[in-house]
Amino acid sequence: MIPAAFDYVRAGSVDEAVGLLGEHGDEAKLLAGGHSLLPLMRLRLASPGVVVDLGRIDELRGVREQGDELAIGAMTTHYQLTKDPLIAEHCPILAAVTETVGDPQVRHRGTLGGAAAHGDAAGDQPTTLLALDATMVAQGPDGRREIAAADFFTGVFETALAEDEVLVEIRVPKVTDWGYDYQKFNRVAQAWAIVGVAALVRRENGGIAEARVGLTHMGSTPLRASATEQALEGASADGIADAAEQAAEGTNPPADQNAQPDYREHLARVLTRRALENALGR
Amino acid sequence: MTAVEDAPSAQIGQARHRKEDPKLVTGQTSWTDNIQLPGMLYMAFVRSSMAHARIDGVDYSAALEQPGVIAAFSGEDLADDWAGPLPCAWPVTPEMVHPDHWPLAKDEVRYVGDAVAVVVARSREAAADAAEHVVVDYEPLDAVVDMEQALEDSTLVHSDKGTNECFVWNLDSGDLDDAFENAEVVVKRRFINQRLIPTAIEPRAVVVAPVPASGQYTLYSATQVPHILRTMLAMTTGVSEEKLRIVAPDVGGGFGSKLNVYAEESVALAVSSRLKRPVKWTESRSENYQATIHGRDQIQDMEVAADADGRIRAIRADLKADMGAYLQLVTPGIPVLGAFMYCGIYKMDAYSFTCTGVFTTKTPTDAYRGAGRPEATFALERLIDELAAELEMDPIELRKRNWIKHEEFPSDTIAGLTYDSGNYEAATEKAMELFGYDELREEQHRRREDGDRVQLGIGVSTYTEMCGLAPSRVLGSLDYGAGGWESAVVRMLPTGKVEVVTGTSPHGQGHETTFSQIVADDLGVDFDDIEILHGDTKVSPQGLDTYGSRSLAVGGIAIHMASERLVEQMKEAAAHMLEAAIDDVEFEGGTFRVKGSPEASTTIQDVALGLFTAHDLPDGFEPSLQAECTFDPENFSFPHGTHLAAMEVDTETGEAKVRSYVCVDDVGTIINPQVVEGQIHGGLVQGIAQALWEEAIYDDAGNLVTGSIVDYYVPGAPDVPSFTTDHTVTPATSNPLGVKGVGEAGTIASTPAIVNGVVDAIRHFGVNDIRMPCSPERVWRAIQDREGHTQDDTSDQELEGGGMG
Repeated sequence: MIPAAFDYVRAGSVDEAVGLLGEHGDEAKLLAGGHSLLPLMRLRLASPGVVVDLGRIDELRGVREQGDELAIGAMTTHYQLTKDPLIAEHCPILAAVTETVGDPQVRHRGTLGGAAAHGDAAGDQPTTLLALDATMVAQGPDGRREIAAADFFTGVFETALAEDEVLVEIRVPKVTDWGYDYQKFNRVAQAWAIVGVAALVRRENGGIAEARVGLTHMGSTPLRASATEQALEGASADGIADAAEQAAEGTNPPADQNAQPDYREHLARVLTRRALENALGR
Repeated sequence: MTAVEDAPSAQIGQARHRKEDPKLVTGQTSWTDNIQLPGMLYMAFVRSSMAHARIDGVDYSAALEQPGVIAAFSGEDLADDWAGPLPCAWPVTPEMVHPDHWPLAKDEVRYVGDAVAVVVARSREAAADAAEHVVVDYEPLDAVVDMEQALEDSTLVHSDKGTNECFVWNLDSGDLDDAFENAEVVVKRRFINQRLIPTAIEPRAVVVAPVPASGQYTLYSATQVPHILRTMLAMTTGVSEEKLRIVAPDVGGGFGSKLNVYAEESVALAVSSRLKRPVKWTESRSENYQATIHGRDQIQDMEVAADADGRIRAIRADLKADMGAYLQLVTPGIPVLGAFMYCGIYKMDAYSFTCTGVFTTKTPTDAYRGAGRPEATFALERLIDELAAELEMDPIELRKRNWIKHEEFPSDTIAGLTYDSGNYEAATEKAMELFGYDELREEQHRRREDGDRVQLGIGVSTYTEMCGLAPSRVLGSLDYGAGGWESAVVRMLPTGKVEVVTGTSPHGQGHETTFSQIVADDLGVDFDDIEILHGDTKVSPQGLDTYGSRSLAVGGIAIHMASERLVEQMKEAAAHMLEAAIDDVEFEGGTFRVKGSPEASTTIQDVALGLFTAHDLPDGFEPSLQAECTFDPENFSFPHGTHLAAMEVDTETGEAKVRSYVCVDDVGTIINPQVVEGQIHGGLVQGIAQALWEEAIYDDAGNLVTGSIVDYYVPGAPDVPSFTTDHTVTPATSNPLGVKGVGEAGTIASTPAIVNGVVDAIRHFGVNDIRMPCSPERVWRAIQDREGHTQDDTSDQELEGGGMG
């Protein structure tokens, strides 16, 4: 449990971090909260030559209001998300999901940007960002660019970030009056979700004007239950059960000690129904 | 000896806060890994990445070139450093196959994690880096993962032995043929008692400090058994026993996993001897999962014969027990310890226990909390519930018809033990009341009628266990290589304070608190004036350490008896000081008094000072301030109790949750209710974890899939409900304090209660077993299979788990 030798650099600014990434290429790894990177290094599954610590870049922390969106600094910790008044008011699903991540110590160190950039299909927050249609802001040598969440998660632990880019900000739309729920199904409290379902529902006249459903651990990336979403456009509460039956369409769930693919598909359908029912109710 | 009921107990029975805790919670502990010695070197082990392979060469030349590296050794290099292979002290049969087990593998590796070489460097980091540069040339051999396939002997774990069968151990009692042939009902089940990983919070660690000029060594180890370790290392490494001091500093849990003599301890001694320098090794969690013993891992074929009215006629247990690749200290003895427990608290006419030990290319198994008895209790209590279902009888009613009644004690069991005491009726009645048994049964019925999505099940476990290990003559009859006595010294200091030396070796249980309470009552001194010394063979040269719920029931009795001897010894001096005849002096509450003259008295502290100065003592009186006792119990002790679990099963997802849990345990006299409560809570969680979460999984190639805490589900506080715990007190008659021991009870009892509850919740779907751990997928598939759904992607293993038998 001792990592291989590596150089450590504390970046004073995003520009400096981008410069260091350019300098060291694929030898460099960014360190955010460290709760994914450090275990991999200690198990020697990752052996970066240079670790660039983003921990002291204050500009990357905090939540701001920006028109119809909230702009969340990539280094905002999970704990801060769960306590932030803007998140509570305008994007409570993100706080609710974040409450289920790890344990209090993890939540005090881990960051939203780190969780997103790690690109774990079993992570709760990537699914939620996808369901929210979040916008990921990356900064590279040529400045900043925006990446839609739908384009951001590209494969198993892979994202659209280039080697010399830093994820600096995540913008989420205000979903102030939307109903929401996250169903996390796991073995013990600290385990990853076997399947997770994030549901957002915009209500109109007691029915569903729009629904967004994100699926955790149902493929190589976080996924949307598109068929379910389409079936719910303008549907009433009674339509939820049928729509949820389509939740696993287009997914490619993995097999592991907890679940064969068919069981994951079954869970996705059940949890989608429950998440939507709860979302509609609050 | 004073019977417990008429002893005036100032301390016994009080929930004193643990003396150990301030140190533990403020970081003032001295773990083995905290020890730093001048010139100390660090070891890193190169471990096999293959389950089974021939070693064609070990090349560490590149490792020696790495910065800070002092030396490296292969198994071949150290081959002449041993006086013998690593010890197995429990050859359960004369014919037992006992392969050599060398601290570093020489010719073959036989499990993933088997140590092949050791690299020694100036820092832990340098050693870890350099170990990556050791190249081992492996010639792969077939892995042997499945016990039943192993018994076909097509691939041998130890080719020179000609078989993978380690031993067959059998105990038959009564007329089995008659019982099974003439029984009205026979129920058969196959249970899988899965492999578990003990996961003590402190991994193992070893430090060796040599004095090369005198050939002396001090070995610090995170061990439960410093005394056993000393003797065994002396026998296997060639370091003479009197030159070897073992210290178990603060030890962070063991659960049996530190009841062993490990390769790393031997290698540390050998390396320190070779290099004449102190060395240290600290296990990582990944190493801990591969190289520290595992527990359980049995296939249990069970059979019960009964009359239609529920009277049990016979039970037959036929086990296959996975030894892993080698025999560690007591590996083969663990399943055999269960031999006496497959009859539990029940009366019957005949009984059969057979256990076949099997070698596989997996981490060796050995003692894990309960050691043989949880396996027995699980299979038995599951079987009893299955019999109840077959007879359509309430599972508690069935138990009542068969258990030993309280007026029948002492009672000889069909397996040959004598249970000294117990009151199963009282414990069960109390548990049912606390649980709300009848109300919950009604709710269960209602939910079934309504077809609720969440079904309710009630799991019952009425267990007993044999603990307080152990009467030495019984251990001898079982071919165990040591005795079961325990030793104590109780010593007054000149200032009136007290030191107690115990041969037990606590590693989290709270012995210092419990033992202080006993001595405080015995000597009438302050609880805070007593220091308990342990865990260092220089301080406590005589002892047999801590395991098998023995510390109180054996070690505590030794302390109690030594205290009484000290009082008797001091009474003579006190009589002299009080100018009275010894028969006229009585002792109570720390004061010696002359009968009939209450003003003529002296305190135990004053007598201690008088003995220290020795200025005025009776002629020929030895001015000793201490007394000792070595206590060998006449019998085991038999805690028992009734555990009831209300399990809620979500029939849609298969998730099983503990809604409420009630246990009423009878552990005899309770010295410290808080310490007992802590042991019960921890034990319950460990037992529930086997039922619901924990499982060491190997793939077909013999790789440990659950190689970290990420994949091996050790539960935390959020995963269990608040427990309702209570007690009945039926003092043991086999020792003067009436104590029984509590370290393993919770673990032994809870596993079957949980699984019985899960099965009870979904029995109406036609389910009669769920393989442990009862994961949501297994529960869901069991329901699906019985409902006749077809699954297009169902593995064989999962089908098996769905309803074996």
